[in-house]
Amino acid sequence: MKLLKTLGIGAASLVLATGLAFAAEGQKPARDVSFSFEGPFGKFDRGQLQRGYKVYKEVCASCHSMHYVSFRNLSDPGGPEFTAEQVKAVAATYTVQDGPNGDGEMFERPGLPFDRFPSPFPNREAAQAANGGAYPPDLSLLTKSRPGWYGTFNQLVNGIGGPEYVYSVLTGYQEPPAELAAEAPEGKSYNPYFAAGHWIGMPQPLTDDQVTYDDGTPATLDQMAKDVSAFMAWTAEPKMEQRKRTGFMVLIYLGILSLLLYLVKKKIWADAH
Amino acid sequence: MSGPSNYKPTTAFGKWMHERLPVMELVQGQALDFPTPKNLNYWWTFGGILAVMLVVQIVTGIVLAMHYTPHVDMAFASVEHIMRDVNSGWMIRYLHANGASMFFIAVYIHMFRGMYYGSYKAPREVLWMIGVLIYLLMMATAFMGYVLPWGQMSFWGAKVITNLFSAIPFVGDSITTLLWGGYSVDNPTLNRFFSLHYLLPFVLAGVVGLHIWALHVPGNNNPTGVSVKGAQDTLPFHPYYTMKDAFAIVVFLMFYAAWVFFSPNYLGHAINYEEANPLVTPAHIVPEWYYLPFYAILRAIPDKLGGVIAMFGSILILFVLPWLDTSKVRSGNYRPLFKGFFLIFAIVCVALGYLGSKPAEGAYVIWSRILTAYYFAHFLVILPLLGLLESPKPLPSSISDDVLAKKKPALAPAE
Repeated sequence: MKLLKTLGIGAASLVLATGLAFAAEGQKPARDVSFSFEGPFGKFDRGQLQRGYKVYKEVCASCHSMHYVSFRNLSDPGGPEFTAEQVKAVAATYTVQDGPNGDGEMFERPGLPFDRFPSPFPNREAAQAANGGAYPPDLSLLTKSRPGWYGTFNQLVNGIGGPEYVYSVLTGYQEPPAELAAEAPEGKSYNPYFAAGHWIGMPQPLTDDQVTYDDGTPATLDQMAKDVSAFMAWTAEPKMEQRKRTGFMVLIYLGILSLLLYLVKKKIWADAH
Repeated sequence: MSGPSNYKPTTAFGKWMHERLPVMELVQGQALDFPTPKNLNYWWTFGGILAVMLVVQIVTGIVLAMHYTPHVDMAFASVEHIMRDVNSGWMIRYLHANGASMFFIAVYIHMFRGMYYGSYKAPREVLWMIGVLIYLLMMATAFMGYVLPWGQMSFWGAKVITNLFSAIPFVGDSITTLLWGGYSVDNPTLNRFFSLHYLLPFVLAGVVGLHIWALHVPGNNNPTGVSVKGAQDTLPFHPYYTMKDAFAIVVFLMFYAAWVFFSPNYLGHAINYEEANPLVTPAHIVPEWYYLPFYAILRAIPDKLGGVIAMFGSILILFVLPWLDTSKVRSGNYRPLFKGFFLIFAIVCVALGYLGSKPAEGAYVIWSRILTAYYFAHFLVILPLLGLLESPKPLPSSISDDVLAKKKPALAPAE
């Protein structure tokens, strides 16, 4: 059809013309990692999400909040899928402030599945004060808000590279190049993948064997970085599996409907002229 | 509206109703029997697609409003609540967010179709002007909608765009204060944007009613641009165009669904998943893709007021397009020179969009200026002159002659 051809050419030229829509801020493009959840049929790897949760809980959570995620989400379908008992047990290891009770007093109680992940600091100011002025961002949505690479066409095909960004930052700590070493800001580390300049306030958080995986996977830096990036991809988009599954059914339905409508239209129009 | 209706109520109830409110006569005359040129191509299906998109946006928007909280401290969290806790909330929100982009894709195709086939020319000037009004309302609605999630780009986009009004002499600052509901973009701003974002779509629906009314008085234009001469040129809207439109609508919905389910955040900005922070300015403040050409025009002019005038002027000039085009021939198919200039104009619009996405520096600014000048020249110089200089190709004597002429060569090789 001429219309489809014209639309196709138009769309292709739009994409090409837009090229690099945003210039990267001297940020080195993230290293591409192959994740199980990529592509239209990709799913999360349960074991990887469970390992990633462990890394988050034991390492990241000491400075970063993740306040849009609740313990109960850990047993939701399409996530790490811990059992309900495991979730209860994990939640109970935390102490949560609740209240006020009937006497108007705040009180402390063990965490319950409906509680949000507790934040390490009571507020933004406290978090900044404890981290040399730099605010450790909330991690709930980080893989959706930080692109690992740019380019209109590149992002259309490969996504924004959010999980790859997290992976690259975690594994990207290195000695600064000689010409930059002299101007190293106090208390900052060199990381070419970091989005806001090459100097990052967070000291290298992960080293080999920092955590002990329950499933016996060797806890290399690379493994832990991948696992926690995957976990953060899930916290940012917890309904991803449901979304892709629904989308597949919707497209099949609409595909059949459009075919039927086309045949009806053709039959009706056969005697039009 | 055109044509006498031959609706005759057949049932007793139909007769009773007809004497009190002849709604069935309206439906039969305007939606079923309505005589429609028989040669409309698929470019003409985008009107129906747009009507569907308006309904989709209103329905998903009403559901979102049931769960959304318009307060600076809670808006972002309430959107995440929709994404995580509300049943199918993620789908409703992605349908609404991507629906806005689909709405604009369809409206741009619809507008360029009207421009190519001269659908704005007599006797359809009012139809076209109502269309431009719809487009303006859409832009205002979409802009305020993008502010509601209260992410970084929501906040900073709102700040940049509302600040534009301060360039207006004498009353500019008062207008900006009125838009903000205070002296900065803050909670009152979010509240009034939410209120207006809920209101405007219904205004839009009303104006769409006028648009359809203004369409049904002169009837549809068609690819030849030749007016309908008699019954042999037309087909009843139903079932011919109801089915053709239905097919096109479902194909468009597939395109829409592909975005919603497989790349739902591509058309937005990643930074908008970070909550608004008035103390941290994003590196690039860029509007949604559908505003980019106008953003380029705004920044092409070195003077703030001049930029604002150029930006609004670039849309308002569409209101007088029917009088700027001096050619008596409607369809671009019979205007050899216009065809080329139309293509250049379309490319210029896309190129302005590209420049709008770039930082305002160096060669980007120079190109923005050249193309902005060309954009206005297209309307103010090229279109008026073309009508006088160009010699159009001979027009078919009627729509049905044209249809028959196109049928013949297809039959010939079979012999």
